[in-house]
Formats: sequence, structure tokens, C-alpha cells
Amino acid sequence: MSEIILEMKGVRKEFPGLVANDNVNLQVKKGEIHVLLGENGAGKSTLMNILYGLYAADGGEVIFKGNVIHDNTPKKAIGMGVGMVHQHFMLIPALTVVENMILGMQEGPNPVINKKEAANKILELGKKFGLKVDPYAKVWQLSVGEQQRVEILKALFRGAELLILDEPTAVLTPQETQELFTLLRGLTKQGLTIIFITHKLNEVMEISDRITILQRGKVVGTVNTKDTNKQDLARMMVGRDVVLSVDKAPANPGAKVLEVKDLEVKNDKNLVAVNKLSFEIRAGEIFGIAGVDGNGQSELVEALTGLRVVESGEVIYNNENVTNKPPRYLIEKGMAHIPEDRHLRGLVLNMSVKENMVLEDFYREPFTVNHFMKFDKIDAYSKELIKEYDIRLSSDDIPVGNLSGGNQQKVVLARMLQRNPNLLIVMHPTRGLDVGAIEFIHKRIIRARDNGSAVLLISTELEEVLTLSDRIGVIYEGQLMGIVNQKDANTNELGLMMAGSHKAS
Amino acid sequence: MQILSLLIEADFWAATLRLTTPLLLAALGGVFSERAGINNMGLDGAMLMGAFFGYIGALFTQNAFLGFVCAAISGALIMLLLGFMSINVKVNQIVTALGTNMLALGVTSTAFRMIFGNDLAQLTSPGLVPVNFGSLSKIPFLGKVLFGQTPIVYLAIILVPISHYIMYNTHWGLKIRATGEHPKAVDTVGIDVYKVRYVSLIISGILCGLGGAAVTLTGINTFYDNITAGRGFIAVAAVVFGKWSPVGASLATLLFGAGEAFQLRLQGLGFDIPYAYFYMLPYIVTMISLIFFMGPSKGPAATGQPYIKSGSKAKRKKVSRAGLKPEVKS
Ligand SMILES: Nc1ncnc2c1ncn2[C@@H]1O[C@H](COP(=O)(O)OP(=O)(O)OP(=O)(O)O)[C@@H](O)[C@H]1O
Ligand SMILES: [Mg+2]
Repeated sequence: MSEIILEMKGVRKEFPGLVANDNVNLQVKKGEIHVLLGENGAGKSTLMNILYGLYAADGGEVIFKGNVIHDNTPKKAIGMGVGMVHQHFMLIPALTVVENMILGMQEGPNPVINKKEAANKILELGKKFGLKVDPYAKVWQLSVGEQQRVEILKALFRGAELLILDEPTAVLTPQETQELFTLLRGLTKQGLTIIFITHKLNEVMEISDRITILQRGKVVGTVNTKDTNKQDLARMMVGRDVVLSVDKAPANPGAKVLEVKDLEVKNDKNLVAVNKLSFEIRAGEIFGIAGVDGNGQSELVEALTGLRVVESGEVIYNNENVTNKPPRYLIEKGMAHIPEDRHLRGLVLNMSVKENMVLEDFYREPFTVNHFMKFDKIDAYSKELIKEYDIRLSSDDIPVGNLSGGNQQKVVLARMLQRNPNLLIVMHPTRGLDVGAIEFIHKRIIRARDNGSAVLLISTELEEVLTLSDRIGVIYEGQLMGIVNQKDANTNELGLMMAGSHKAS
Repeated sequence: MQILSLLIEADFWAATLRLTTPLLLAALGGVFSERAGINNMGLDGAMLMGAFFGYIGALFTQNAFLGFVCAAISGALIMLLLGFMSINVKVNQIVTALGTNMLALGVTSTAFRMIFGNDLAQLTSPGLVPVNFGSLSKIPFLGKVLFGQTPIVYLAIILVPISHYIMYNTHWGLKIRATGEHPKAVDTVGIDVYKVRYVSLIISGILCGLGGAAVTLTGINTFYDNITAGRGFIAVAAVVFGKWSPVGASLATLLFGAGEAFQLRLQGLGFDIPYAYFYMLPYIVTMISLIFFMGPSKGPAATGQPYIKSGSKAKRKKVSRAGLKPEVKS
């Protein structure tokens, strides 16, 4: 157990204008689950990308199983037994599971690939580790949890002895997370070593053996999980005390801002996704919708924000029927939307941070006057937001896609919250954020409420919905199972509703 | 009626196969490069190179076969140039292709004049002659259509199932398809994205070069300016129309080949219409088929995007935003 399988010594990595890893030392023991903890942009993904050979380090050494690795490449890393599940999955949606598995494998003199053999091996591995997947399914047809299983299998298929998981639970439901943990424990029993990155302190305490904490590219320390607690970890990581609970005054609901009547919306497969759904939200309150992912949340939000056609029913916003109005119309009326997928809807990854900050308003004063864009205004505005929301970056001229995952999320949040919306629709607002940032964002959402915004919060994190919302609805198969007030809510009842039973009245 | 009766003539179908061949070869080439993520609008230039150097090669060696070899090499070379510009230098792929197409036009026309001056009565080179299948060619209808063609026609036809097999049953094909969809994922499993793209482009160039020579060396055995007349663009349309699959693209070229054969026959019927209208026919078939039969089409997800390895030491400085919008995945 105490044999050291991986050692990283004095690793340094610079990006233009920023040191992402500064003299990082990391020791991982064989068979342990080692958590890397750190704020958004602390350099966790960077360090792992160096280990996996995707980034070339500017200094330092990587020693794996006693061998110093020179000129690391993914091919070398894989060959030595390092496997990685990336923060943003590296699967090819248009290909099948088998094809994804054997990509880069089966490179012998015979160019013909043997899918059958590979499929059998996948099933066999799946049986051994309790991971079920259909080898012939196309990856795009799989749920996020299934895709992750494919990623893990992909690493095991390549004979990984050290498995890196970069924020694997950010996109999982609580059940899926538990399944993953069972799997990971099973893997360590079989002799695998795991490096695990997460921001969720509960998970850290539950799954890890040891924890290394990074702060702004430097290692703060390595601790044994049994010798620490959540508060200490949060302090080590953020450098100050973090309030892990939210306090908020009782809501003071005003006029009705949004009313949804018998809404019916179809999904991409043309099946009913939102089924005769009705609710209303008043100014100054937060209405939360809890539910397992894929029960119509995405379609509901898209319908409300003008991104998806409403089949029947009505959306009434500020006493105006806005059913099927285009997004810009709604935005100009004061609606703001924090989408679930920051890559798909929230950001233009190739455009600079600065440009992304004004995506809604670039064509209006003060950013555009008489058809000319005022770059000094945009620049100043962007700088202000970066400061206020503590977005960590080297320059706001770099493409937003180069920011760390959490900092990308902050760009979306900053842009939306700064608009002082009268209706704020937020989906998974803290996905991928560190505890300090979560605290901050929660405060800002509550502040928006106190300033009179109506807030619709949709999250798969039951805890987040419970703490922030004033009223909570549970969605199941496109229908609301019931609405409860926050003070009457209990996890048990909500859990049952999430599984499809109606509210007991 | 007279027009429709054309469609059951063996001559018409034989001509269709013959005229489809250049398009088919180029379209297969297009499938390879598009699947690897290169938005290949440069097919036409490579065809033109093949048409010219095929002719020149055949003329100087007095050997049609060696002409085809020259054609393949010249096609591959211009695609290498396109590759360097779009893969390494990361210039917009459409602009690069525009450049290589014009370059091909310029090079071939200029070289042609340098060699032959303004003497329009130029020499004819050796060309391919139909394969002799003996009594097989006596079979009614089929004999004429299938057993009286030049070798390049058969090669093109054989290449369809071969390309299909390579694309879907070998690790080469898997790599190509994966690279066009998600180069970063391909990189993370240890495959060299640049290499895959270059190899695909070379294959593409060879096929286009052969396609170009199939225009010049299968009967007319000579060359004139821009002899391919935009066939490479029809091939691009065929790739899209055939949904980026070798078989689909090939079937699409058959449609366009038939259009061309049809217009040739119409000219022969002596209607009182300027012949230019007949010339338009294959292009109009292309337009109409794209408009009416092509739903929203989705090609390989990463087509047209240069791949930039983030965080690597050597390339880091080049990731500037000067005018280009490269793909960046965090
Ligand atoms: N390709 C890149 N170009 C420029 N800067 C980069 C690049 N990749 C990362 N960075 C910067 O390096 C720093 C560390 O990023 P990294 O992705 O390692 O953070 P992280 O610890 O994984 O954060 P998160 O928890 O938000 O995912 C960030 O400030 C980020 O903006
Ligand atoms: Mg990260």
C-alpha cells in the first residue's frame, strides 16, 4: 500500500502571462484514491494534462513506476499505464462505443479491425468491473453517466494502472455518483490507483485516502483524509474561512413575473418532453425545480427562453403573452438565462473573454454607438466583471475556451447577473465551481432575488435547490409532481417525488 | 419521346460510365479528405494538375500508364501544399483551396504555353484504349456498357468497395473518421492528427490526379486551358450529396455523369438551341439535386477547423488570434 507509483517533482507550466503550475510536487501511492483539490484555475487539469502527455511541462520531472518520463506524449503515457477521463469527455459522438474503444489500438500489421473481438473484451471487462455498456451503441445516444462509463472502460481497455478522473461527478446524478464510487473502490481492490479531481467536499471525505491541495498553481499540502474535515479543506483551498451554508431572509414576493400555463414542448426525438406543465413565479422569489436529469428540464428552459418551439400552452411574462417569441425579444424585456451547457449555449469558445462578456448587449449602447462598437467601453466593462466575479485568467484577450472549466462558468454567470434581469433563469449554476465560488454565486443569486428579480432555478443538486429556493417544484417525466415551500420541504419527500410519486396532500 | 428513348440506349450508358469516372475518382478523394476534417474545395485544382501532367507525362514518355503516374504525383503534390497551408499554417481552408485551385489553373495554362507556344495544332499523346474482353463485349447492351471501357473506369469502380472497406473496416479508416469528428479526442489516445490529415490529403490528391487524367487520357488525349471545367466542384457536391460515404458519393457522381452524357446526346440530336445550354445541364442537375433531395446535411463535425494542440511548448506562440478563429477546446 505504501509503494509510490507516481511522483511529480518540481513541475512547472506557464501559459502566456500566467504560471499554471509552479514547482508542484505530488506523490501518489499504489492502490490509493488520491484527490486533487483546488479552486477554479488552481492548475489541477493542467497538472494532469502534463502527466498524461498532452501538455509539455516547462520544468520538473515525472516519475512513474520508478522510471523518469522524458518527452511525454499521450501515446507514451497510455503505454505505461496512465489513463485519463477528461473534464470534457474525449469521445467521438458519431462513432460507436467499440470504435471509440479501439481507436488508436489494434495497430498491428493487419489493418483490418476486429470489432467483434473488441466488443467481447468490452463485455468481459464490463463484467469484471460491473460496468454495463452496449458496445454497438453510438456514443451520442448514451446518457452522460453512460458516456463516463465508456471513458473509464476506454482507459481500462488500454491497460491503465493509474486512472485520472477530472471532475467526473460534476455531471452525474447522485445515484450515478454512488455507482461510480462503488466502481472506483472495486478498481482499487484490483490494484488500480486513482487520482480524482472534484470540488465537492462531501465526495472528497467519502471517497479519498489522501488529498493534495493546490492553490494558484502551488501545492499547499497533502493530508490524510481521516485527519481532516470539510472546513479545514475549504480553508486550505481558498485561503480563508468559507461559509458552507447560505443564510437568506424570507422571501418577499411581489407581482407575478412569469406564468406558465399547460405548457407542452417536444424534445429532439419529437416526443413530448414537457407535459401540460403550469407554474408561476413572482418578483423577489426563487422558484426551484428539482428532478433527475432528462425529465424535461432542458426542454422547459429552452421553451421559456425562446430556443425551442412551444407546441401548446402559454408563457406569460410581465403580463404579456410571449409564447414562441424569439430570444432577443425576451432578452430585451429583461430575461437572463444561464444555460446548462456552457460550451453549447453559454459561450463562443473561440472568441475572447472580452467579447463573450457582451454577447447579449454588444449591439446596444453603450457598447455600440451609431453602428460603431466602442471597444474601450467593452474593455472597461469586461475588466470590471472579471474583477467583481474573481475570474482567474492571464488576459481577457485570450479565447474563453482557454480558461479553466470553472472560470468559463464564471464568465457566463457574470454576464447574466450583471444585467440586473427581472427574470433570471438559471440551470446548474455552480456546475464545476469550487466552494468559494459557489458561496459567492449563491449570494449573488439571492441578492438578485432581494433586488426584485424573479428567479427560476433548475438543478440536479437537490441540496442546492433546497437551500436557495423559496418554493420547490419537482419535475418528473415532464410534469410537476407537486410544489412545496422551502420550510416544509424534506429530502425524503422530494426524493420520492423525483422518482415519480405525486405530492401527498 | 426521342429524348426518353436515349435512356435505354447502350451508348448512353456507356458514355455515362465513362463520364462518371473522373467525377467518381475525385469524389472518393473528397470523401477521404473531408472525413479527416479538411474542407476540401481544392479537388478541382488537383484534377486540373492531373489532367495536365497526365497528358504531358504520357506525351513525353509515350506511355499512357506513366501519364497516369505523373497525374497522381502532381495531384498529391498540390494537396500537400494545401495541407501545409491548412494544417500547419492554419489558414482558412476555403481560402487555401481557392488559392491552390487558381495556382493549378495558372501553372497548367502557363506551362502549356511554354511548352507548345501558341501553336494550337498540338500533339496528341497516347491514351488509354478500351480493354478487350473478347466475346463478353458481344453481350447485347451489357457488353457495350460494361465491357468496352478503358482500364481507369474499372479501377474507379473497384475503388468504391475498396474505399468503403478501408473507411469502415480498417484502423486507418477509423482514424480518418475520428479525426474529422473530434481531433482532440484523437490526440488524447495518442494518434498524430497532423499525420492522419496529411495522409488523407495525399490519398485525396492521388485520386483527384487520376480523375483529371481520366479526362485527358481517355480519348481526346490532349489538353486545353481549364479542361476539367469545374468537375472538381461537382465532385465536392457529390461528397455532400452522398453524405460523406464512399458509396453514397459514388452514386451521386453517377447521377452527374448521366447528366453529362445526356447533354452530349442532346447536342447530337440537333435541336435548334445554342449548345451552351446543353453544357449547363450537368451543373443544373447538381444544383437541383442539392436543392431538392438534400435535407439538412451534417458532415464530419470538425471539418474546416485547423487543429491546434493547446499547451504544447513549440506551438504555443503560434496560437495567436491574428485573424484566424482556430478551434480551441479547453
Ligand atoms: N491552453 C491554455 N491557454 C492559456 N491559459 C490556460 C490554458 N489552459 C489553462 N490555462 C489557464 O491556466 C490556469 C489553470 O487552469 P486549469 O484548467 O489547470 O485549472 P483547474 O484547476 O483545472 O480549474 P477548474 O476547477 O476550474 O477546472 C487557468 O488560469 C487557466 O485559465
Ligand atoms: Mg479543470
